[in-house]
Amino acid sequence: MAEFERQEANMAQVPADPSSAETADPEESSPNMIVYRKIEDIVTRMQDDKTGGVPIRTVKSFLSKIPSVVTGSDIVQWLMRNLSIEDTGEAIHLGSLIAAQGYVFPISDHVLTLKDDGTFYRFQAPYFWPSNCWEPENTDYAIYLCKRTMQNKARLELADYEAENLARLQRAFARKWEFIFMQAEAQVKIDRKKDKTERKILDSQERAFWDVHRPVPGCVNTTEMDIRKCRRMKNPQKVKKSVYGVTEESQPQSPVHMPSQPVRKTTKEDFRKQITFLNMQIERHCLKMSKVAESKEPSQQRVKRWGFSMDEVLKDPVGRDQFLRFLESEFSSENLRFWLAVQDLKKQPLQDVTTRVEEIWQEFLAPGAQSAINLDSHSYEKTSQNVKDPGRYTYEDAQEHIYKLMKSDSYARFLRSSAYQDLLLAKKKTENEQGRRTSLEKFTRSVGKSLASKRLTGLMQSS
Amino acid sequence: MATEGLRENETLASLKSEAESLKGKLEEERAKLHDVELHQVAERVEALGQFVMKTRRTLKGHGNKVLCMDWCKDKRRIVSSSQDGKVIVWDSFTTNKEHAVTMPCTWVMACAYAPSGCAIACGGLDNKCSVYPLTFEKNENMAAKKKSVAMHTNYLSACSFTNSDMQILTASGDGTCALWDVESGQLLQSFHGHGADVLCLDLAPSETGNTFVSGGCDKKAMVWDMRSGQCIQSFETHDSDINSVRYYPSGDAFASGSDDATCRLYDLRADREVAIYSKESIIFGASSVDFSLSGRLLFAGYNDYTINVWDVLKGSRVSILFGHENRVSTLRVSPDGTAFCSGSWDHTLRIWA
Repeated sequence: MAEFERQEANMAQVPADPSSAETADPEESSPNMIVYRKIEDIVTRMQDDKTGGVPIRTVKSFLSKIPSVVTGSDIVQWLMRNLSIEDTGEAIHLGSLIAAQGYVFPISDHVLTLKDDGTFYRFQAPYFWPSNCWEPENTDYAIYLCKRTMQNKARLELADYEAENLARLQRAFARKWEFIFMQAEAQVKIDRKKDKTERKILDSQERAFWDVHRPVPGCVNTTEMDIRKCRRMKNPQKVKKSVYGVTEESQPQSPVHMPSQPVRKTTKEDFRKQITFLNMQIERHCLKMSKVAESKEPSQQRVKRWGFSMDEVLKDPVGRDQFLRFLESEFSSENLRFWLAVQDLKKQPLQDVTTRVEEIWQEFLAPGAQSAINLDSHSYEKTSQNVKDPGRYTYEDAQEHIYKLMKSDSYARFLRSSAYQDLLLAKKKTENEQGRRTSLEKFTRSVGKSLASKRLTGLMQSS
Repeated sequence: MATEGLRENETLASLKSEAESLKGKLEEERAKLHDVELHQVAERVEALGQFVMKTRRTLKGHGNKVLCMDWCKDKRRIVSSSQDGKVIVWDSFTTNKEHAVTMPCTWVMACAYAPSGCAIACGGLDNKCSVYPLTFEKNENMAAKKKSVAMHTNYLSACSFTNSDMQILTASGDGTCALWDVESGQLLQSFHGHGADVLCLDLAPSETGNTFVSGGCDKKAMVWDMRSGQCIQSFETHDSDINSVRYYPSGDAFASGSDDATCRLYDLRADREVAIYSKESIIFGASSVDFSLSGRLLFAGYNDYTINVWDVLKGSRVSILFGHENRVSTLRVSPDGTAFCSGSWDHTLRIWA
């Protein structure tokens, strides 16, 4: 049994600010329980004959029958098939661990490992599963060993180490040995009432249980726990339950037991802190990503497309933006802005249309307009008529005129502009420098390059 | 009174659901960058050749579970600590023990070698981190020169010197990390934010070293700014305790090992998890992880007594190493990358190459 020291009383401290909300059953998320549930899923599937489980049979042996067994190699095969294990050694290793944890056991051996041969194994009863958080006391163990000696059966003879354990327990419990003896007798009585085959199975399962909790000297004690995780054990303060239902008035709290950590409920303040922190994270993330996006210059292909036709520029938001900036630098952006405003008007909900039409008129066409566009008199006449009955297509005619104007004038200048030319050329220059900061793809590409040269060489070969 | 009025509408339930929806929003934002999986991009990367790693040395001498170990910068010496309270310094080539000290407590869960190689730090259930200078006197009495540096209110789970012998960073079961001045024992900065025990930490590899990552029982990995004490980034994708965190050599990412039987890779610039290293047949928790020198390989020690070697980019397992007879509790690659050392509950340490 693991001996915990007095210093371990320190473990009862409550951490500063738990931010995780309580789950339905906090025990289920403890590290041990996670593994137990996975193993339980495996052994349950293994025993399910409907879905290709292992063949569990009753085997004839001399004059008797061995009920409910499966061979080691059947288990190994099942593990390889169902858990995608390619190597036999790996399957044997996993199987041995499942046995060591107490979910499967060899019927003729105290040592819990799995062999890839005809050795017979049996599945442990759910009553004895480790997930029930058994921590059997020495009184239970004493009762068990005692009752074994009462039953005159070859298969129940004590192994050497068990006989030693029994002798030690007799000395330790000298004063209450009568009580233990009585309990053992009571257990024998109960056992006698059971069916012969059932008894064989239960006896072996009980023995396997004790092989886990009182392992053969030299074997790994899988019940040992990582002390850092102990605080989340189930019912650490309650009186530990007995395997044989023994309740004693004066069953003292084991001095080695650690006080449980009181589950501190998440308070409003905790949630407020969480919310502040999450908001900060979201903000930082978006800021970081927007910076990355900004620094992203359009690809060379994209910039080239703008040279094909003005439509390409107007189709691409980045192109539109570049075109607009260029025109603004020349103080001639009113045409493009008018064009954009009219495009936008067409997408407006009906209720806003009248207002928008008026705004556009005021901005671009009214006498003394701030961004007066240059329409020929015919077009201007038509448009002013249209405005009297405002709709989404009020400026259709005007827009067409402006489009033709831009195409013949502004667009050509844009393509000749140093701004556009720089973009075309600049792409070639920065393609190499840029790569590292924008996307995951670029990150791995750069990593891949540097790794191709640095292989894991020069291993220390001497032995 | 005014603030009471403001908070009237905030019930516990509404705050909780707000926090949940914000978590969802953060994940949504992060997922927007998810254009391609790491292993898909890595298809173009050259496959690793076959290589065999074996135990080259076994260090025997601890009387109980080995809990932690660290390499000296000389690429040869190793310090290890154990449940029996002993801290031992070994020469990994010859397997000789060079120094040994018995701590006043059991479960010495953390130990570290000073950058100069002239001292070691360790601690555990005593809630402290103590520094022992290493001398080569004939009758060395290490315990006499002990200096108590850090004081926590719960067990010490991890410790690491920063770039110099002068400062130590610690992680504790009390849910906090802290930076200490070795000379004076003064607390320089504390880091609050984990909701449960902090189990591990690792300093960013940069020379200007200003950040570190920590992992805890709250399933979170948090990246901290050492100067301000603020948490810069936080990741919560594991299903259970994070037992180990380690930076990728370039410092732009880090890996974690957890009780949920997976190891994961987090990219700090993309601000999200980018790879999971797991297998159906691996059901026991990963206790410790470390990268190879180039970062192409991730060595992970597990509670099923094995060490799995992962191809970081392709996401596949390259090798499984058997040898230990109980849980692997600690694992570090040597400073020159030619070997790695693993410590186990089977009382031994193994050098693999």
